[in-house]
Amino acid sequence: MSDVLLRTEGLTRHFRIGGLVSGQTLHAVDDVSFTIGRSEIVALVGESGSGKSTIARLLARVYRPTSGEIYFEGRPISRLRRRRQRLAYSGDVPMVFQDPYSSINPAYRVAHGIARGVKLHRRDLSRAERRREVERVLDAVGLVPGRELARKFPYELSGGQRQRVGFAQALAFRPKLIIADEPVSMLDVSIRIGVLNLMSELREREGVSFLYITHDVASARYIADRVLVMYGAHLVEEGPAEEVLQRPKHPYTQLLLSAVPDPRAPLGISDTSDVGEPPKVVDPPEGCRFRARCPYRIATCDTVTPLLRELGTARRVACHVATADDSADDFARLETRRRSAEV
Amino acid sequence: MTEHEPLLEVRDLSVAYGSDRGPVVAVDHVDFELARGEFLAIVGESGCGKSTLLFALTRLLGPPFSGEIIGGQIIFRGRNMVTLSERQLRSIRWRELAVVMQSAMNALNPVLTVEAQMRDACKAHSEMSDDEIRRRSEEVLRLVAIDPMHLRSYPHQLSGGMRQRAMIAMALLFTPELVVMDEPTSALDVVAQRSLIVQIKELQAKLGFAVIFVTHDMSLVSHFSDRLMVMYAGQIAELGKTRQVFDKPLHPYTSGLLEAFPSIHGPNLRLTGIPGSPPNLARPPAGCRFSPRCPHVTAICREREPHLVDVEGDAVRCVLYNGRAA
Amino acid sequence: MSAPAITTPLAPAPAAGSGPTEPQPRTTVGANLLRAVLHNRKAMAGSLLLLFFTVLAIFPGQIAPDDPQAEIYLPGLGPSSHHWFGTTSYGQDVLSQLIWGTRQSLLVAVAAGGLATVVAVLVGVSAAYLGGLADGFLSLVTDVILVIPIFPLVIVIAAYEKNAGLLTLTIVLGALGWSYGARQLRAQALSIRNRDFVDVARVRGERRLYVIVFELLPTMTSLIVASFLGAALYAVLAAAGLQFIGLGDPNAQSWGTMLYWAQNNEALGSGLVYWAIMPGVCVALLGAAFALMNYAFDEISNPALRPLPKLQRR
Repeated sequence: MSDVLLRTEGLTRHFRIGGLVSGQTLHAVDDVSFTIGRSEIVALVGESGSGKSTIARLLARVYRPTSGEIYFEGRPISRLRRRRQRLAYSGDVPMVFQDPYSSINPAYRVAHGIARGVKLHRRDLSRAERRREVERVLDAVGLVPGRELARKFPYELSGGQRQRVGFAQALAFRPKLIIADEPVSMLDVSIRIGVLNLMSELREREGVSFLYITHDVASARYIADRVLVMYGAHLVEEGPAEEVLQRPKHPYTQLLLSAVPDPRAPLGISDTSDVGEPPKVVDPPEGCRFRARCPYRIATCDTVTPLLRELGTARRVACHVATADDSADDFARLETRRRSAEV
Repeated sequence: MTEHEPLLEVRDLSVAYGSDRGPVVAVDHVDFELARGEFLAIVGESGCGKSTLLFALTRLLGPPFSGEIIGGQIIFRGRNMVTLSERQLRSIRWRELAVVMQSAMNALNPVLTVEAQMRDACKAHSEMSDDEIRRRSEEVLRLVAIDPMHLRSYPHQLSGGMRQRAMIAMALLFTPELVVMDEPTSALDVVAQRSLIVQIKELQAKLGFAVIFVTHDMSLVSHFSDRLMVMYAGQIAELGKTRQVFDKPLHPYTSGLLEAFPSIHGPNLRLTGIPGSPPNLARPPAGCRFSPRCPHVTAICREREPHLVDVEGDAVRCVLYNGRAA
Repeated sequence: MSAPAITTPLAPAPAAGSGPTEPQPRTTVGANLLRAVLHNRKAMAGSLLLLFFTVLAIFPGQIAPDDPQAEIYLPGLGPSSHHWFGTTSYGQDVLSQLIWGTRQSLLVAVAAGGLATVVAVLVGVSAAYLGGLADGFLSLVTDVILVIPIFPLVIVIAAYEKNAGLLTLTIVLGALGWSYGARQLRAQALSIRNRDFVDVARVRGERRLYVIVFELLPTMTSLIVASFLGAALYAVLAAAGLQFIGLGDPNAQSWGTMLYWAQNNEALGSGLVYWAIMPGVCVALLGAAFALMNYAFDEISNPALRPLPKLQRR
């Protein structure tokens, strides 16, 4: 398996909301631990409010964790004191943002942001070398010819092209891991595939890992090696992409997959009584956060917060009810149990 | 109106707006019909004109939405909406034709309770008494599976999904014949989306209204719409029964679009999407508007703009089928 | 394995020539600006007026028929072909005075307006970017200055230096006229600060000052220019006003001092109408020039304010 590039341990981030006196705590991310290896694409799947965007910002050091730690190449990033070290980290782990219309400064040509990145992170290059590097990364993301596109202003480019510029900016640092926060959700459907393919290609050619954050499970299946599922600030399921998406063990993952529209498949059975009420993450009580919507709920779910446990090779699920049984009948058995619970 | 007359007939509708660079035709000679109780999905990407078409249909063009109807007719229940005055329109709006806008969850007035907003709508379009209004409001909330006690809630006390359903409930206050929806589910998560669409279908079965559902997400409507209309660059590219369009897409844009959705359960193939971007409508390309991006483009495509032709019940605008006009 | 096999070489993303949905733009920012100005009637009118006054200010010697201070003519003459606006009570040519006076008025406008804008930018943008206590403090100062009745305060301050010269006027007006602009700039900076490219710059390692000066400010140029034009307008009127009531240097050659002298000599009452009115007209025209350009810049920077182009019926 690949080397571990980044590891989080008990990562937690809370926000105080409301006034000083009657304030409440919003649990954006609670006790999340996972790893990302070299040349690996890991998808972080969840709905809005699940905590996935907060994790992106924690990894990019936009927020500091309330507790827990992030280790990059074995070293904790909270200990990065010197500016040079912090700069090196942001070069190794850059972020690509969701909104292609907001992530490039409209006042400058496209080359400007990329060139600044190169200048700050690779000081050894001369001006001519910098220019060549800008053209190289633009070519690498499919904006060919890089020399011409470098001179364009953002408003001359389409949404898909701007998003590629975002990737070019990240590539200019020679990163090891790119955090892509919903990079395609604001693009037209026909353009998304191009950008997703780009991520795969960058992984193949340049060996860059990706943390691909999305709410679109189908696109996660398309490019990811491993999938992490988040719900209510917790990590609830983890494993190889095909495994998790074809044989989901956590009831939330099952619900999510049953609700994803797939035009090529006949309409699946889904629990349509679930209207998608979001979990309570403000001052949440103990116990599983999915229990209000879970068809397999048992007494323990109300009082004990389930922790991730190993269920098979490289598979972890945070559920009291899920079993390690890897047979294809798993889902059917759970379906039967659910139906009998209804009766 | 007989049972067999279409509920809505759109004939040769064109909408344009002015810009620094001359007139831009956002909707170009669109022609279609809608039967009673039918669920028509209109899909397309940004710039295809679907939202402009929707505003034109509901006569909501005008500041702040730029655009004017420059030609064609919209015949709703026998009357041409294009020529009606505001007063005449008001009697149709909400009673026979209701609209649910994009992010309707944000269209609710944050300082009024749900009850107050429903009352506003009722009073504006009818002479109902307060009692009748309250009873009707409770009824419509129950229809969308919201506890009527939420009549006294403010919008911020309801979740996004509930707000969306409340908007749909408001649209049903007078059991209209036609409900037009513009991306009503785009701000919801996948589970809420599925639940909402199923709910709309159930209401349709119960109350018999027709639905025009505008969305950019084809897969969302794949199991729910009766017919599917694919728009590209202001024109109808393809229009036919949903399953037919999905199983045998005729227009290269439709098949390209279908290909662009990665599958959850099928084989995980490499997809290519559609290269390029939609054309600049101020200066559309000569001939077929999709020709710069079409994998099957020929010389004729760049010269002649194809018309909509009927191929086995599916209307398609493509040179490939011109010889097969039914 | 879920990662698709890459068998084809990387397909290039299409060039912008295939048509993004946005219209094709000009190539340089300057050309864009010029085009915007030429198409906007207010901007055209404003810039022509401004150009006119600028020429007068730069070449007064070549344009004015006489030395403005020279008391060589018969006092109290009415308008004629020799003296378009007659002569003053001291026998000076009014037209020459007007022409020579342009320089001072324009200088004060630009200098005081510029100073006020610089302070507004510093205070407004820093408040927005720094946030927290710094923002609270700066906003408080801004609001206090905004609310204080400026004119009486300006009078009090200017009175400390009797016969305030141009420099004093500039400093006083600049130091008190920045608060309105600061509020506007702060509001805009706040909304831009939330755009992702600011985070992108921070995350790539830029220092805070760099982000403020090179990432934030360049996107605010339209508003900064509009702010400057507004401040210049205010400076023209305020300076003329101060000089009129006698707080300026009475020996200076400016429109405000002309008004002062005209007032002292009861010009209106003795029939020297043009001497009394023309300086005011000039102040108004220069002010109008700035105001017109201010509107125009608002429209340029905010397309929502532009008048909708008419649709041609087919």
